[in-house]
Amino acid sequence: MTIRLSRRQFLGASSAVAGSLVVGFHVPFASVASAQSSAAHEINAWVVVQPDDTVVIRIARSEMGQGTLTGLAQLVAEELECDWAKVKTEFPTPGENLARNRVWGNYSTGGSRGIRDSNEYVRKGGATARVMLVQAAANDWKVPVAECTVDKSVITHTPTARSTTYGKVASAAAKIAPPTEVALKDPKDWKIAGKRLARLDTVDKTTGKQIYGMDLVLPGMLNAAIKDCPVFGGKVKSFDAAVALKKPGVTKVVRVGDSGVAVVADTWWHAKTALDATPIEWDYGPNATASSAKFAEVLKAGLDAPDAVAGNEVGNARAAIAATSRKIEAVYSYPHQNHATMEVMNATARWTPERCEVWTPTQNGEAALAAASEAAGLPLAKCDVYKLLLGGGFGRRGAVHDWVTQAVLIAKEMPGTPVKLIWTREEDMTHGRYHPVTQCKLTAGLDSDGNVTALHMRISGQSIVAAIFPSNVKDGKDPVVFQGLNPPGPEASLGYTAIPNLLIDHAMRNPHVPPGFWRGVNLNQNTIYLECFVDEIAHATGQDPLALRRKLLAKSPKHLAVLNAVAERAGWAKPAPAGIYRGLAQTMGFGSYVAACAEVSVSPSGALKVHRIVAATDSGYAVNPQQIEAQVEGSFVYGLSAALYGECTVKDGRIEQTNFDTYRVLRMDEMPAVETIVMPSGGFWGGVGEPTIAVAAPAVLNAIFAATGRRIRNLPLKDQDLKKA
Amino acid sequence: MPSLNVNGSVLQYDAEPDTPLLWVLREQLRLTGTKYGCGVAQCGACTVHIDGAPTRSCVLPISAVAAGAKIVTIEGLSADGSHPVQRAWVALDVPQCGFCQSGMIMAAAALLRDKPKPTDADIDAAITNICRCGTYNRVRAAIKAAGQGGAVKAAGLAIEDADGSTS
Repeated sequence: MTIRLSRRQFLGASSAVAGSLVVGFHVPFASVASAQSSAAHEINAWVVVQPDDTVVIRIARSEMGQGTLTGLAQLVAEELECDWAKVKTEFPTPGENLARNRVWGNYSTGGSRGIRDSNEYVRKGGATARVMLVQAAANDWKVPVAECTVDKSVITHTPTARSTTYGKVASAAAKIAPPTEVALKDPKDWKIAGKRLARLDTVDKTTGKQIYGMDLVLPGMLNAAIKDCPVFGGKVKSFDAAVALKKPGVTKVVRVGDSGVAVVADTWWHAKTALDATPIEWDYGPNATASSAKFAEVLKAGLDAPDAVAGNEVGNARAAIAATSRKIEAVYSYPHQNHATMEVMNATARWTPERCEVWTPTQNGEAALAAASEAAGLPLAKCDVYKLLLGGGFGRRGAVHDWVTQAVLIAKEMPGTPVKLIWTREEDMTHGRYHPVTQCKLTAGLDSDGNVTALHMRISGQSIVAAIFPSNVKDGKDPVVFQGLNPPGPEASLGYTAIPNLLIDHAMRNPHVPPGFWRGVNLNQNTIYLECFVDEIAHATGQDPLALRRKLLAKSPKHLAVLNAVAERAGWAKPAPAGIYRGLAQTMGFGSYVAACAEVSVSPSGALKVHRIVAATDSGYAVNPQQIEAQVEGSFVYGLSAALYGECTVKDGRIEQTNFDTYRVLRMDEMPAVETIVMPSGGFWGGVGEPTIAVAAPAVLNAIFAATGRRIRNLPLKDQDLKKA
Repeated sequence: MPSLNVNGSVLQYDAEPDTPLLWVLREQLRLTGTKYGCGVAQCGACTVHIDGAPTRSCVLPISAVAAGAKIVTIEGLSADGSHPVQRAWVALDVPQCGFCQSGMIMAAAALLRDKPKPTDADIDAAITNICRCGTYNRVRAAIKAAGQGGAVKAAGLAIEDADGSTS
């Protein structure tokens, strides 16, 4: 894995890039790109071949642990027919992407889109390069291309048994016009994709060599710490710089925008301690008295308010419910949560009147570039962003780049000097982009046989899209609010299409806490609401929770297949071991079908233990099954952390939880065994980083009900009494 | 100038006595493999060995490090990534984002030195580091594999390496 450090180094690698030379920093990394050697030849945007047959595959999406770097490289290498043992990767910068007419497409790495959205064009990139390389060999031999075969970067002319390698023909291949059309392999013929290959980025993560954004050192670099107003929407009233300026190593104290104060010093520790000593007066603004309790009242009122927008409507649910003899109703809620990436927000920026450069872990290099350009007051073409591996992303580092804006504003105060801004964990916890807060009232109408004749889900609460991409809200509708509840479709559809009357609507209520795309996004709470409520219906009507789901999923075979797979593996038909209780959940989101069965026990004093999870995923195709398993296991850590402990509460307009002592997350001793069934059924491409999170909590909550008779409708579990009802 | 014995070398540094060891390692000695995660000894990303004991360096003032104490960071665990824990980590593809893994590996190496064949309960008690990506089950498998002389196949992950070997 190569971290691209500067434009100059890149220019050395790629003759196809036009543009002015600018000052770049040479940073002494262990793994400086071998693609930067001038002997390397760019076959096309995705593939660079070196004389020693090393193939450098360009990766536009970001790597934050989810393995997309390896998966995308597998897809390119599969079509390229190169030697996997000689594959390296590098990130083209977003500035290069703009300069080359966005040849690498979308950089956004969220929504579990890394592979599902780019698989086709990256495979074509690999296939096109292969055709050009083989053509170059055929031209050299003056033989028809059809007589040549290729395997592991070796091209062979079968009739004469001559052979050459990619490295030897790369120079000629780079000059050949690319074919306009290439055929892609049938996935059943894959040799590199689809395999349980080791990741490409593991070794340096075990030796301390991997450089994250926080670790970057540039010549002459200074370090900055920042405090933003603790109340969202507040401002800096005044601050006394003199105190900090007397502290060791401090260079400067700067106001950052309306709401922040930063100290710049020789070391980050000096900057941080000097900032701690700096008196700052805040104008807390209009949100100074906001609280979670007050939000909850607003959301509650939204459950019955007339101003709702429908996301899925079949038949006439209200009328059908009114006409039924039996009704079941329940209200659920879901709190604000922080992403809490292990690596806190950070960016290094260098600004001059001519150019602004930023080094940062980001899920969307192009969005980071836009933020840098705006803060720098320079056009996009005079800025660039160098992506580093992320110490966790989970959605925090994607759509909003507030920390990049801050870093550039600080660097602008000291032209020419690179400044590395690192947040404290406390700053990170209290200035997040939080999982949206919602409540949901579910009402089901039942006939005399216990069949569900109508379902109304009223969601009341916060819209991420309204806050971040307001132009995507059309006629008051945030389409992302309905993840997992949509009409049949490829992205996030409701499986319970056997319910004849359905209304799922949303009353938008936006508190002042800024929301963000939080791994799993709205699929998380929607799946809890619906899957727990279906469990409620099953118990209220004396039906087996699996049997009821099978009935409601009768017209949704893919949803049903993953559910059946977990039920079979978990042994649902047989009694659980003594003291162990099971719960089920299923959903569809980010293009994939997922289900889980949780096995839990609850002690007489109410202590929960999750013993075992069986999970199934149908992502259509499985590019690297061992990494899908890693994503599924990780999804349970993320989802169970949220279910057990995840809650950010607001008092006096600010977030109360400031570190891992008050914002607990799952640790090793609480981690259940996870058995993952990867069951790609083919014909579509689904994501795997997020969907499974959504089934973690409801499977456990349903198992808790089976164990205790307690129906938990509000999270986190730490606040709930789990003693047997 | 004061000095520290880190990874077998005596290295000079320039920092106030109340500076945490973590920031001396990262900013003075340029050993950035040891990470800042929380600053309050909750997450364990800053774990180093001091005279063999796994220690959270983010809350340890440099003045509290005994003169002559031998500090080992992830960079010094082995010269070439060949420590049994590192080898098991690679064979089982444990890291995801990797940010917490230096601390995990240092905690695991200390556990295995004290208890070469740790039980699940030993692992639960010793590895209290936070991983947000959720690598816990592979961490557990890798610790067990390292404790069994590198028996990575027992983990049943069947990961194919580029050289064609399978772990």
